[in-house]
Amino acid sequence: MRLEPKPAPGLVSALLYPAGAILATLVIASVLVLIAGASPFTVFGLVAKGAAGSRFALLETLTRATPLIFTGLAVAVAFHAKLWNIGAEAQLYIGGVVTAVLGTGALPLPGPLLVPLIALCAMVAGALLLLGPAVLKTRFGVDEVVTTLLLNFIVLLFVSLLLEGPLKDPMGMGWPQSAALVGEARLPRLIHGKRLHLGFVIALVAALAVWVILRKTALGYEMRAVGNNIQAARFAGIPVNRVLMKTALLSGGLAALAGFSEVAGLKGNLSLDLSPGFGYTGIVVAMLALLHPLGVVVSAIFVAGIFVGADAMSRAAGVPSYIAQVMVATALLTMVTAIMLTRYRIRWR
Amino acid sequence: MDAIDILLTGSFWVAVIRIASPLIFATMGELICERAGVLNLGIEGIMTVGAFTGWLTVYLGGDLWLGVAIAALAGVAFGLLHGLLTVPLGLSQHVTGIGITLLATSLTYFTYRVALPEVTSPPKIEPFQPFPLPGLSGIPIVGPALFNQTPLTYLAFVLVAVVAWILTRTPVGIALRAVGENPAAVEAQGISVTAVRMGAVAVGSACMAVGGAFLTMSAFNSFFFEMINGRGWVCIALVVFGSWRPGKALLGAVLFAAFDAYQVRLQQVTGGAIPYQVFLMLPYVLSILALIVVARRASYPKALMAPYQKGER
Repeated sequence: MRLEPKPAPGLVSALLYPAGAILATLVIASVLVLIAGASPFTVFGLVAKGAAGSRFALLETLTRATPLIFTGLAVAVAFHAKLWNIGAEAQLYIGGVVTAVLGTGALPLPGPLLVPLIALCAMVAGALLLLGPAVLKTRFGVDEVVTTLLLNFIVLLFVSLLLEGPLKDPMGMGWPQSAALVGEARLPRLIHGKRLHLGFVIALVAALAVWVILRKTALGYEMRAVGNNIQAARFAGIPVNRVLMKTALLSGGLAALAGFSEVAGLKGNLSLDLSPGFGYTGIVVAMLALLHPLGVVVSAIFVAGIFVGADAMSRAAGVPSYIAQVMVATALLTMVTAIMLTRYRIRWR
Repeated sequence: MDAIDILLTGSFWVAVIRIASPLIFATMGELICERAGVLNLGIEGIMTVGAFTGWLTVYLGGDLWLGVAIAALAGVAFGLLHGLLTVPLGLSQHVTGIGITLLATSLTYFTYRVALPEVTSPPKIEPFQPFPLPGLSGIPIVGPALFNQTPLTYLAFVLVAVVAWILTRTPVGIALRAVGENPAAVEAQGISVTAVRMGAVAVGSACMAVGGAFLTMSAFNSFFFEMINGRGWVCIALVVFGSWRPGKALLGAVLFAAFDAYQVRLQQVTGGAIPYQVFLMLPYVLSILALIVVARRASYPKALMAPYQKGER
């Protein structure tokens, strides 16, 4: 068999194949639900209800989507330039560390000054963390996939070290967690008494900003040129290495904002369970959105809905909530296949 | 006991070889895939699947070797999926590999919860026991380390020799290497690039899965979540460190394991003066440093990560 590029993917196939991908994901998940001894219709009904069936559910989904928008954007930016940043998890945690260090009373500033300053410092830390692998890639030819993956483990151990040492909350009853943030450092809640916080709005603004950078600036053009064909970009006189550096800084900074927003907006302190894999899920979010920054918002909410819904479903129907991770991973694989099929035709001989 | 004495104790070298064994399996698996031109980032998830399926087979009453076979088959299944998506369909090997890892890991955890809904502590199995090789196991230090290990460890070393022999001395190996260097030339010989790459990814993934199974069936005796803990990613670094050669990769795995075993013992010697996380970080830091050292002169397979389409240039 061989692949043949289609002249121009029609609207029908552009919609049909992704719809097929979602259908295939649901079919595979249904089989697993049946194996677990439950009815797929009941389970999917409970997932949908748990994700969007009430005002509480919907707000919870948006809250969960917030870090995923940031990590999804981080991955989308990096993948645009084919910089394979698999280390959003580490950059997220570094953002959380900076927030916990600066937000627990180290800086006596009023909120309107303190919060942006912390966000900026978190971004710088995350950006520098990804700059390392980017420099190793451009200067020494070290594959950034492996270095960013390994850094995830290093940073998590570093956070654990901090939480059992210098950042440990003296009032924490021995739990490895930081002290609570001071009131001035917290992101306000959007609705009184609900968990959704200002971080969600910042995430939306970030998505818009990334869209502008990618579509309307020279940097965005250069990033796509590098991603499409690095040799051609080099011949065209684009400073490839410098573009990759800027991409790394932007991507790392965005992922760090996820950690900032979770600590300052939701948790109020730093702990080792800050992220249940938001960095890795960000890859799925970005790919489902075809790396489009505004699409990232939609896919982050969709993926968050599956996770929040599956938690609720698991409590009610007894099917393990890991089904959500399986669905998200399956959706990633079926969606990349679907996108390929919209662009190529399979010739069997 | 001080820091140097550790290196002279027999138990240290026994631990080194035990820690190296799963890495050897998985590194050989990744090496086979990459020599054929396919990066397999599914390694971390495939090791998880192997660890779980091997253990589950024995837990459900199967024989230990049946467990190894089932683990290998599970590895083949995920390898074929990765191969199907990246070889004939030519999808991004990075994205697909990460997707395979996410899928394999979550599917394992889901199955674990479905199969054992009520367990609080991980159930134990009777793992492989050390099998002293008569005569050789009596040699001081070297004997216990190399000749009083479990059968799976011996298999790991045999695997390195077999992989090296196949790659350099057999037509299959030559085809496999050629597919990773110059696929068009292989196709011109009338050999299917797709078939060779698919086969390599399937076999390589089986090795990775057996590496995972080593953890639950030989090193430990139960399955717990996140037990692979980045070993797969370390193996990817080891393949680069070993310049895609089985012998050098074996050396890398043993060096890495020696370092890992050493840091555990050094923790005890320093008695908590340095936080234990620093020691746990060192193997990962070492992997990155090793990559930096070798990256400049690494001669990677020329067609690595390049999908091949018949008739396309």
